[in-house]
Amino acid sequence: MSITAATPLAVAKPRRRARSSRQWQGLLYIAPAIVLVKIFFVIPVLFTVWMSFHNWPLLGEPSWIGLGNYTRMFSDTRFSAALSFTAYYTLIATIAIFALAFPLALFVQNERRGVSAYRTIFFMPVVVGLATASLLWVWLANVDSGLFSPILRMFGVTGRSANLLATFNNAFATIIVMVVWKIVGFTMIILLTGLQSIPGDLTEAARIDGASRWQRFRFLTLPLMRRTLALALILSVTGSVLAFDQFYIMTSGGPQNRMISVVYYIFNQSFVSFQLGYGSALSIVLLGILVALSIVQLWLLRVGDDK
Amino acid sequence: MSAATKQARARRKLFGGLGFHGFGVIASFFFLAPFFWAGLSSLRSGSEAQTPPLPPWPTNGISFDSYATLDSFGSGIWQHTLNSLLVSLSTVVLTVIVSLLAGYGFSRYRFPFKNVFFILIIATLMIPFQSILTPLFIILARLGLNNSLVGLTLVYVTLQLPFSVFMMRNAFDAVPREIEEAARIDGARDIKLLLRVLLPLVMPGVATVAIFAFLNAWNEFLAALILLSDNDKYTLPVLMTAVRAGRLGAINWGAVQAGVMVMTIPCLIIFLLLQRYYMRGLMAGAVK
Repeated sequence: MSITAATPLAVAKPRRRARSSRQWQGLLYIAPAIVLVKIFFVIPVLFTVWMSFHNWPLLGEPSWIGLGNYTRMFSDTRFSAALSFTAYYTLIATIAIFALAFPLALFVQNERRGVSAYRTIFFMPVVVGLATASLLWVWLANVDSGLFSPILRMFGVTGRSANLLATFNNAFATIIVMVVWKIVGFTMIILLTGLQSIPGDLTEAARIDGASRWQRFRFLTLPLMRRTLALALILSVTGSVLAFDQFYIMTSGGPQNRMISVVYYIFNQSFVSFQLGYGSALSIVLLGILVALSIVQLWLLRVGDDK
Repeated sequence: MSAATKQARARRKLFGGLGFHGFGVIASFFFLAPFFWAGLSSLRSGSEAQTPPLPPWPTNGISFDSYATLDSFGSGIWQHTLNSLLVSLSTVVLTVIVSLLAGYGFSRYRFPFKNVFFILIIATLMIPFQSILTPLFIILARLGLNNSLVGLTLVYVTLQLPFSVFMMRNAFDAVPREIEEAARIDGARDIKLLLRVLLPLVMPGVATVAIFAFLNAWNEFLAALILLSDNDKYTLPVLMTAVRAGRLGAINWGAVQAGVMVMTIPCLIIFLLLQRYYMRGLMAGAVK
């Protein structure tokens, strides 16, 4: 008994030591990533919550004001204006992007000669920065040396000195066109992966059964694309809710400051008015909105799955 | 099949092809035109740059006036391009190193709280950095990293981590364990094993991580705007907003076009050369 029992014991000991040293190695490998995430992500997130309960000027001592920053929001009409402007922008931008991305995705789905070149070309604006695209388009839309006003004048759409960024509606339309140009290739590629995941023999079978092109699209393609559509929708909505660059660069907040998005408003509160506590409280609200939007969209996706 | 139907089918194919490529070419024009317009206009002479852009090409011969003018803003275009390059390339190098190690650790080792750590890193995706900029600004100040390109780089690396670690873990998961065991028997250990044996095998993953890190750092605007306060530290997008806003003198549209080109061309070159890796990353990000 003694020998047979002793042997496994003798073997087990060094193995356990080896395992724990391997454990340490694993932790060592991920340590740099964890340290970075802790300093530049976890601490800032917790700090945002802490700061949001304070009156926190850039210079001078912060003081605890409890929920003061949060109650202040309810009477802050400029914040509610920023909220409704962001909602309006998100709605219009998302509709515009999807309305164009879907036909483009169907177009580049064809396996024909030259189609990969089209895919590449439609995608090119995506890899350029939003700030870069905004600068490019603010020049195109500029009244004196830009491209659009002479063209619009040529077609008789506008008068001599139509400044595309001077009125709310014109500036808004210009920004939407810019964003669609910049983003649509991305949504197109996401939708394309969804389209390509639909088995070809399924559509073929439906065709043989006499389903029309529209019926195949409505009853086959759309339901099978549900997950992809939801993903593209979440990405598009989240991106729009966080919009900042285009409003800051193209219109500096727009005519009569009507183009202040939520992130722009937080930027103004924190880094122009230096009310860092209020800015943090607004950030928390923004975060809550984003989480709520994602949950709603995921929930809509689930409801569809049960049917 | 009769000759007539054959002919009809051929005709339909021809017109279908015409319709297809007709649409493709027109759509391509709309996507490409803004780039060409800015590129051509940036080559017009200084006096011409402030006039309406029809025709868009330089009528007085090609000139680099706009680029020279751009150089007179801030600390000179070279300085700001260098800032952008420095931040972007450091972000690439650090992101690759950190995510390579982390991806290896997550793929090959078992340790306590492994899943917690992994979820923590991935969670960075759920909370957009725009909502933590205010405290980030204060924390960087406390660390003495405010208004520094090093601080900005570390922030960018952190923003890249969820995608990059996920990507690298999957890359390591795809490498058969037998290769590693064979290398161990041959005497390769730890870092040497990782660099000599495994790195070449996960190179496509590294390329993907590097491209995304570069483009995101090169194009990022809001964090740079907030975290950099000295003119000579500005990255290109921050410099260009100052030029566009006329904060550095009257708005010079020729300089804006030239600046747009300086910011655009590296992105397009990288994308066109390394499309395969870029698309791979996009799919991995989308499917997740």
